[in-house]
Amino acid sequence: MQSDNFNFECEYWVRGSMSSTRTVRVRVNGVEYTKEVEPRLLLVDFIRDHLGLTGTHIGCDTSNCGACTVIMNGRSVKSCTKFAVEADGGEILTIEGLASDGNLHPIQKAFWENHALQCGYCTPGFIMQAYWFLKQNPAPTEEEIRAGLSGNLCRCTGYQNIIKAVKAASEELRAKAPTINGG
Amino acid sequence: MAASLCGSRVKRREDPRFITGTGNYVADVTLPGMVYVKFVRSPYAHALIKSVDTSAAREVKGVLGVYTGADLKSKLGPVPCAWLVPTEPPIKVPEYRAVAVDKVRYVGDPVAVVVAESQGAAEEAAERVSVVYEPLPVVVDQEEAVKDGAPRLYDGIDRNTSFVWRLKGGDVESAFRQAEVVVKQRLVNQRLQPTAMETRAAVAEYDSARSEATLWITSQNPHIHRLLVSAMTGIPEQKLRVIAPDVGGGFGSKIQVYGFEAVVTLLSKELRRPVKWVETRSENYLSTIHGRAHVDYVELAAKRDGTILGLRVKTYANLGAYLTTAAPGVPTILFGIMLSGAYRIPAIECEVHGVLTNTAPVDAYRGAGRPEATYIVERMVDMLAHELGMDPVDVRLKNFIPKDKFPYTVATGLLYDSGNYEETLKKAMSLVGYHSLREEQRRLREQGRLMGIGVSTYVEVCGLGPSKVVRSTGFGLGLWDSAVVRVHPSGKVSVYTGAHPHGQGEETSFAQIAADELGVPFEDVEVVHGDTAMTPFGMGTYGSRTLPVAGMAIVGACRKVVEKAKKIAAGLLEAREEDVVWEHGKFYVRGAPAKYKTIQEVALASYTAENLPPGVEPGLEVTHFYDPTGFVFPFGAHICVVEVDRETGEVKIQKYVAVDDCGNQINPMLVEGQVHGGITQGLAQALYEEAVYDSQGNLLTQSLNDYALPTALEAPTYTTDYTVTPSPVTPLGVKGVGETGTIAATPAVVNAVVDALAHLGIKHLDMPLKPEKIWKAIRRAESEQTTTS
Repeated sequence: MQSDNFNFECEYWVRGSMSSTRTVRVRVNGVEYTKEVEPRLLLVDFIRDHLGLTGTHIGCDTSNCGACTVIMNGRSVKSCTKFAVEADGGEILTIEGLASDGNLHPIQKAFWENHALQCGYCTPGFIMQAYWFLKQNPAPTEEEIRAGLSGNLCRCTGYQNIIKAVKAASEELRAKAPTINGG
Repeated sequence: MAASLCGSRVKRREDPRFITGTGNYVADVTLPGMVYVKFVRSPYAHALIKSVDTSAAREVKGVLGVYTGADLKSKLGPVPCAWLVPTEPPIKVPEYRAVAVDKVRYVGDPVAVVVAESQGAAEEAAERVSVVYEPLPVVVDQEEAVKDGAPRLYDGIDRNTSFVWRLKGGDVESAFRQAEVVVKQRLVNQRLQPTAMETRAAVAEYDSARSEATLWITSQNPHIHRLLVSAMTGIPEQKLRVIAPDVGGGFGSKIQVYGFEAVVTLLSKELRRPVKWVETRSENYLSTIHGRAHVDYVELAAKRDGTILGLRVKTYANLGAYLTTAAPGVPTILFGIMLSGAYRIPAIECEVHGVLTNTAPVDAYRGAGRPEATYIVERMVDMLAHELGMDPVDVRLKNFIPKDKFPYTVATGLLYDSGNYEETLKKAMSLVGYHSLREEQRRLREQGRLMGIGVSTYVEVCGLGPSKVVRSTGFGLGLWDSAVVRVHPSGKVSVYTGAHPHGQGEETSFAQIAADELGVPFEDVEVVHGDTAMTPFGMGTYGSRTLPVAGMAIVGACRKVVEKAKKIAAGLLEAREEDVVWEHGKFYVRGAPAKYKTIQEVALASYTAENLPPGVEPGLEVTHFYDPTGFVFPFGAHICVVEVDRETGEVKIQKYVAVDDCGNQINPMLVEGQVHGGITQGLAQALYEEAVYDSQGNLLTQSLNDYALPTALEAPTYTTDYTVTPSPVTPLGVKGVGETGTIAATPAVVNAVVDALAHLGIKHLDMPLKPEKIWKAIRRAESEQTTTS
């Protein structure tokens, strides 16, 4: 599967601006979208410019900062490292889709309550990464949280309150989900 | 209602939009018909532009225009520098063009700009602009640049020296004559890349029917941007609206008025289309300002009992290729005047060479001058302690300005407002367990382990500043700030501030202040900022001035509102004004608190306006301009404990204790956030970050792969605490706190690492203290010890 994707990427990257478009069908935050896109279009630009979901940010051009982190097919990905066409047939969750029925997700709430953000630019990426991380590791230690979020950069907070928030969210999520698979 | 909001950990009202992805940053601004810009940048650090061929670029589908520096020269004025420090001979300010005309002077200097229907087309066309350069010799190092025969960036600027700034207080010669010990050291305060997570961006839209432009921009000071972009583009100030919406961090790098945003504004006027420009991270690293970049030669004179007698500093400050907005003021005014630190140093002399080189411009980065000064003072105090065999804490305690001497004038001429340095240090020592740590250090050393304890007792000048003082330093405008407080007929309140919060949380803390001052619920107060069409002219957010200056403008405006409301209330209560008492949002006649008028009732009466006392105008709204009477001086003591891995040279921070004093706190949660983030940036300079140019002026740290920002794995856990010494200067007794962590942490960490290595004979290492550097120093020290023994 992965190597198929890789060939696919190369083929379309090489073709570059020859501007044959491809159809992408993707479910984002529960909404089905069908769009014609250039093969070279990055997933992050697709999300921001084609779907208008500007909560996913761009902070670098080398996939270091994690500001563009989204959940694709159940895994966290830096959406600047994927092409939009790779999302075809898939499912994506962005920061805009995290709250349900107007209720903040426990991670969002914990970020607010623990002053885990300042300028807010890196925040959506951190929250999405924390969302995936806590699914993998619902009861992490501080060290595990630090490692789990080390692919995301924040310049404002010094991380301490982010760690605190993720810890608090993990506790609330566990309290809400009494069984292992209940989340 | 009676309970004070000021001093409470009120949750931020900014956060709901950020945690749901509904913030609005400049890159999120999309307008119908929008077109995109790409700058073509020089790959050479120093070269003549022989020709620019744009024909191939123009053929790319979707390209609307390609402009060279020569095309823009007649339409766009030069980029101004706004802080012309007074020196003899006078400062030399080179001409700075948004797009280079005849010559490029650093890698990344723009030579042309492409506008196209899509970002992709703009980038493709930019690749096809063909520029012929004639490379010239390059100089990147400021000490090299001042030498005879060094490559020269500008005709008429000898030795690439823009200025030599001098400061002298006290009898320095006599101090050094009397000295029983003199400690000398060359200190490198390396160049840093500010790295706000949001790069810079601009969107401009020109309305030709109204001859008006709107510019959305990543700015810490939208009114300054309006003023200077207006000057460059010729669009009159009243016809230019600047909006800095949500801004993803600044750290000083979004103060400057660069050429790029002026070009974008001009192009929107030329093309009658909205124009968007978003910097990539590598462009951000190439041409958004850098910080620090000092080489300091320092001498400290003292007596053998540890009493400091004098300090002499000669600095070579790398200014980069052009002088940006505040550049000359940073390594001079903001640096030299703080060289007394927390100490009674009777004589101080400082000479700063401002040097132009083939590198990106250097300007204000978090702390801006004050971290450089503090690093010198705190390193030298530690070196003195080492030289005398004293505990670094004892040298500090011996030389602190005592708490009963405030206000205190230091040798550099500054008047410190208030302080209690001994208390913060003792509190930090007790929190970290200083004396038992020294014991532990001894034990660990016996086992061959390298543990170090580093202390930093800093003082910061902030609350910039009294206009009369800052004008005397050559700053282009005064440094007051402004507020409009508008009480609506419903009693709800809008507060318009001239500052620009971009992460600091003043939408919350300013609402706390206004709610307390006006006696209205917090929920009833809205804080508006960042739009020049809505807010009064203000100087913006930097230099830890937002609360002590712009916040105090709000206090002043609120108090004037209450004054006016009192007159109206007197009418409503049929009493004389002097008999009316104001308490927690209510007016009543002295002795009769049961019969009262609320501020909301008074507000409504001010708009119905049929019963106003004579001479009182309708409405309840005040504009207040606040010019501080003095600077404020937050201070504190940070103690860092490290262990250095003998085998790898890696530094692990074991403990970090910060005791800060920023006077009265409005929102302790926000203070803590500023301290955490500030320390992290400060320790990152000590251990990780460094902008590196090769000898040909190529920036080797052009991406986040190469520029080492700390992640959650590197950042330690901080223990924070406070003392409270109110400022007598500000109405609420507050000081600033935005930069304290960055100022304090760098020397605390370096002192800790050097302390860990001191017994090996290592006296100093320049930052960043990367494992390789430490490992080499240890090996060298060990081999020297073997040779000697």
